Amino acid sequence: MGIDRRGFFKVLGVTGVALATGNELNASPGESNPAEFKGILYDSTRCVGCRSCEYSCAEENQLPAPPDDIKGIRKTDEVCRTVVNEYQTSKGPMYLKTQCMHCNEPACAAACLTQAMYKTKEGPVIWRGEKCMGCRYCMVSCPFDIPKFEYHSPNPKIQKCTMCFENRVKDGKIPACVENCGNEALMFGTRRELIREARKRIVENPDTYVDQIYGEHEAGGTSFLYLSGVPFEELGLKTTLQKTSYPAMTKTFLYSVPTVFVVVPALLLGIHKATKNNINLQEHDDEK
Amino acid sequence: MTMRSDIPLAMDQEPKSTWKFFLKELKPKGKIFTPFNIISVPIILLGIVLIAIRFWKGIGSITNLSQDVPWGLWIGFDVVTGVAFAGGAYVITFMVYILNLHKYHSIVRVTVLNGFLAYVFYAGALLLDLGRPWNVVNPIIGNSFGTSSVLFLVAWHFLLYMIAQLIEFSPAIAEWLGAKRIRKILSGMTVAAVIFGITLSMLHQSGLGALYLMARDKIHPLWYSEFIPILFFISSIFAGLSMVIFEGSISHKVFFSQISEKNHHAQNGIILGLSKICAGTLFVYFFLQLLVFIHDKNWSLINTPMGYWFLLEIFGFVLIPMILFFHSYRTSNILLIRIASIITIVGVILNRLNVTVIGFKWDMPVHYVPSWMEIVVTLTVLFAEIWIFRWVINRMPVLRDSPKWVNENQ
Repeated sequence: MGIDRRGFFKVLGVTGVALATGNELNASPGESNPAEFKGILYDSTRCVGCRSCEYSCAEENQLPAPPDDIKGIRKTDEVCRTVVNEYQTSKGPMYLKTQCMHCNEPACAAACLTQAMYKTKEGPVIWRGEKCMGCRYCMVSCPFDIPKFEYHSPNPKIQKCTMCFENRVKDGKIPACVENCGNEALMFGTRRELIREARKRIVENPDTYVDQIYGEHEAGGTSFLYLSGVPFEELGLKTTLQKTSYPAMTKTFLYSVPTVFVVVPALLLGIHKATKNNINLQEHDDEK
Repeated sequence: MTMRSDIPLAMDQEPKSTWKFFLKELKPKGKIFTPFNIISVPIILLGIVLIAIRFWKGIGSITNLSQDVPWGLWIGFDVVTGVAFAGGAYVITFMVYILNLHKYHSIVRVTVLNGFLAYVFYAGALLLDLGRPWNVVNPIIGNSFGTSSVLFLVAWHFLLYMIAQLIEFSPAIAEWLGAKRIRKILSGMTVAAVIFGITLSMLHQSGLGALYLMARDKIHPLWYSEFIPILFFISSIFAGLSMVIFEGSISHKVFFSQISEKNHHAQNGIILGLSKICAGTLFVYFFLQLLVFIHDKNWSLINTPMGYWFLLEIFGFVLIPMILFFHSYRTSNILLIRIASIITIVGVILNRLNVTVIGFKWDMPVHYVPSWMEIVVTLTVLFAEIWIFRWVINRMPVLRDSPKWVNENQ
């Protein structure tokens, strides 16, 4: 037996489709250098919990103003892209700002099947409504649980911090929260500058800071970085996250797809031809 | 044989009579007030009202989904579990067209039809769960290809596999319409569609598991491992075949009159053969689960409520049906095989829900429980599928034999 012309074209066709649909399996954004991503450094030892970042964020993004009297630990939601919470720590009350971490290799962007969640070459991770299907796979994938969905709207949007990319960062301006931070707890710059600055602060004030920058390695590195005077878990940050990128976890699976598409159809066709011949032989024997 | 162009086609003879034929076929056949109709019609009507509310007021108006649990019953059960049960189609077509096991030929069409309808309706259920369904074409056409997404792969595969299954099933449609030449062309495409379909199935059955790879910190460690894709693929084999056994035993009662004497007698032999395969794949699955468990060193988690739940799933719904399948195959006990298939079906539902819903954010203070409205919509999708299934069975040669001209022509 051998592959006849028709069989050959079948395999060729199947392989062609596979290669056409299975290429460009890139799980990391372009050729951008993570060190040059724009980012924000948040120093919780300087934060006094005034929440002016919350107010300016709501104003900048046309969201309802945050409530004045707050209690308990709050989370970001579909009308609020950033919150500042107070934690009782070993060094007394401390504050922590929560928002999108703008990962170097964001799980949400790798999860998005329409590139609606998108890592810009400047660094901020943005959401593009005209592409989004509203499948919420970004919410399933994000290790920080940041994307929020408008469940009570017939035309729902995903809400999350965009580092003010559209109105500010794209034009070289700084994000609203950083601009309005009264106590210089927030600092805007490239990731390289921010990490250098953070290290400098740790070295100059070793008693004030714990010797770690949260976000330098978490989830493969993030563009939002934290400094703290107490261990990060006391401030409600997830310290058990892996230090490598999340999209890397699906790479093995995705890279196997083209191989499967080339090998399996050929194998199946081979088995089909082989077993078909067996039946013909049997029938032939029966006729004798 | 040579192609004869002068074979008359029922379709292009008289346009008027074709139209009449369609109208006649659209009308219901058989009794109207059956127990199934009496139960399903009110639920479907209620479901349609709920779906209208969902599109008017948003997904949150009828579901209990939250910012913490973005995927609930509609994804975890309708899509992830439903697709596993539709796996019977690729396994049976593999056995019949690739391994040329002709013994199973009589159940190919009904299994493929079941698989095709399952995909159509579960993809439909997916649309209900999309917040912005008008953008659903974005991953298929346009410049918005998220090629690094597992969901992108799954979406494409759903679409392509539906087309492949339609081609696999299309000879039955041609026989129904009496389109002889078209039938010949379509049945010539079967093997290609089968090969393509099996490859697609392998990838998206495992792909549904791979969807959860990035949710490592959110799924209970007893259900999360880097081997989820392989576990999902293996379990789709016995999930699909158990569904074939279960669904076949119902069809054989409900559509008794349609099944020929010969196929009726062949049924038991088919069930015994499938039982052997179920036992084998359940064993492989059990062994893999054991390896994953030892590999991940999850011993300390066993003595917790979730641990007992895990043990129940693995021993009660994998090991026990495996033994039942094996034993009843040895003793040719058809009833016991049917019981084993039901236990396996429950076990697969448990497993998929454990990964997608029960074990997802298991440590949260407030757990997601689907609202009654989510359940009604799920039942609506299920019943609507059964309605279409019954409509097709009553008209096309799926369970009954093909019209005589099919064999005469060959």
